[in-house]
Amino acid sequence: MTSSDRAVLTRDGLDALIATLAADGYRVYGPTVRDGAIVYDDIAGVADLPAGWTDEQDAGSYRLKRRDDDALFGYVVGPHSWKKYLHPPRRRLWRAAKTEEALTFTAEPEPAERFAFIGVRSCEIAAMAIQDKVFAVGDYADPQYRARRDGAFVVAVNCGEAGGTCFCVSMKTGPHVMSGFDLSLTEIERGDLPVYLIEAGSDAGRDLLARLPCRPVEANDITAADAAVAHAAAQMGRTLETDGIRDLLVNNPDHPRWDEVAARCLTCGNCTMVCPTCFCTTTEDSSDLDGGGAERTQRWDSCFTLDFSYIHGGSVRSSSKARYRQWMTHKLATWWDQFDTSGCVGCGRCITWCPVGIDITEEARAIRSDLTRETKP
Amino acid sequence: MATRRKPKLAVWKFASCDGCQLSLLDCEDELLAIAGAVEIAYFAEATSAFVKGPYDLSLVEGSITTAHDAERIRNVRAKSKALVTIGACATAGGVQALRNFADVEAFTSVVYAHPEYISTLGTSTPIAAHVPVDFELRGCPIDKGQLIEVLSAFLAGRKPVTPAHSVCLDCKLKGNVCVTVAHGTPCIGPVTHAGCGAICPSYDRGCYGCFGPMETPNAAALSRELARHGMSRDQIHRVYRTFNTAAEPFREEAERHGS
Ligand code: SF4
Ligand code: SF4
Ligand code: SF4
Repeated sequence: MTSSDRAVLTRDGLDALIATLAADGYRVYGPTVRDGAIVYDDIAGVADLPAGWTDEQDAGSYRLKRRDDDALFGYVVGPHSWKKYLHPPRRRLWRAAKTEEALTFTAEPEPAERFAFIGVRSCEIAAMAIQDKVFAVGDYADPQYRARRDGAFVVAVNCGEAGGTCFCVSMKTGPHVMSGFDLSLTEIERGDLPVYLIEAGSDAGRDLLARLPCRPVEANDITAADAAVAHAAAQMGRTLETDGIRDLLVNNPDHPRWDEVAARCLTCGNCTMVCPTCFCTTTEDSSDLDGGGAERTQRWDSCFTLDFSYIHGGSVRSSSKARYRQWMTHKLATWWDQFDTSGCVGCGRCITWCPVGIDITEEARAIRSDLTRETKP
Repeated sequence: MATRRKPKLAVWKFASCDGCQLSLLDCEDELLAIAGAVEIAYFAEATSAFVKGPYDLSLVEGSITTAHDAERIRNVRAKSKALVTIGACATAGGVQALRNFADVEAFTSVVYAHPEYISTLGTSTPIAAHVPVDFELRGCPIDKGQLIEVLSAFLAGRKPVTPAHSVCLDCKLKGNVCVTVAHGTPCIGPVTHAGCGAICPSYDRGCYGCFGPMETPNAAALSRELARHGMSRDQIHRVYRTFNTAAEPFREEAERHGS
């Protein structure tokens, strides 16, 4: 890494980063406080970031809390993920129009807008890489997804503390951002206001960094940044033993724990909606009252609905046990068979945002510990 | 090209507040298109004009609470090619189904000066308990976007898109912050049928269950959660005793929390 790859930004420098991205034509999204949570939305500058806020998370619970400093990134992930921009909840696929002469179909044009994401966490970059395997490669790559993804500028942030439901260390996806970013930030304490160690991870990032007001890096900046990330790594709210997890789940479809979790599960689908890797969709058709037009829309679907597994004659997964088991087994086990990676990055969203606080790490642990007990006389 | 005969639409009212049929009049932007696509043959709330049956599509609002209405709905069914029930009264018996769990004579004796003039059944029941129904549209009141969807689907000969999943799913599609998880506000969205567009959580309140039970409600598990968020046994009883009180999963859950 050369000296032109790293620098230190002040809060004003960060403001300049956001302004420069906007001036370069990016639509800039980042974390901001809304309705008692930190969500992702349009941001115009540092003033929109959640300065001095943090979140307390546990199974089925999220609370915003004031920090005793002015950190801009002193929280972890919230109810939203970047998938809402790269793989939107609803999008039109095509429109059809019927006239006396002809029936015409018009595919939805590829998006012209380019996004810049500010404050992308390491687990979230891992989640994007997982969704890339679904949407961006192979014979059936989705051109709309590719256009959004290729156009996106990623400003990552290294976590300085972990959340109550985080387990990226177990999933080997964080908290240190290693790749898949244009610029990365580490918030470090220096005097009154924190400053930001900024590192370039791509040519685009390097170009942009060269245009920002910043100062050279000093040795103690690096020490402070490393310490911050190490602090987060040592602080994970959850852990998940991944050794042999594929076989553990695939070989135990009849474990009694599935019945216990099914008695709690509401089949509400919240876990799949908040998960940054869940990619399933359905299509909905609509038609005009006068019969002159129709359109097809794609929207996020969930393996917790009956429609999801509906085939001729009924739903294949009619019980909530079958649906929860499908979801968790896919995430942690069969995703490996399908995409050669885990489907879980350890972000903890499904644990926090489950209204009844079902915890994927707890469920996996229960199945494992029970079996360990059984095999030991 | 031969002009197709416009399908004849009739709108019927049984025991109800008229709110659902008014949703049709509320479709201001689409009203002309609707009038262009169908012949409004019977719609007492909107016009006194009356075209004789049979009707291609009957929209039925309201529940059955009298012997006379039980007879009348058979008549409507006989005159209708397709019969679609709209709203919680027609699909679940409505809030008036509270009578199903009480003594109607005790009510009439306090409410009316001359209870002897009141001839009513002891129950309020959905239309489907009396005649075959082709499609049920949920809600108290129904969502006008969904009503237009039902009408345009009928005209195009396709199945309406009115998913039976939880309110939560729509709540998340909208990008809402969950009021239960983030604020500790009790919400029955997880057991409630989608369709309203998650209105209440969008305005920082818990869902009241206006669209009735979702496809696979686990009300017992939700009740434990409602209690954790501070609802008393009686409050849990009451939260299920509203517009869809006679829908089986809500009836059962209210009963489990009965006093
Ligand atoms: S399964 Fe849960 S913890 Fe894993 S990536 Fe999805 S939301 Fe995050
Ligand atoms: S695990 Fe939780 S969030 Fe997921 S469907 Fe079940 S109750 Fe809903
Ligand atoms: S606010 Fe209610 S409807 Fe929305 S996700 Fe939370 S529990 Fe579900």
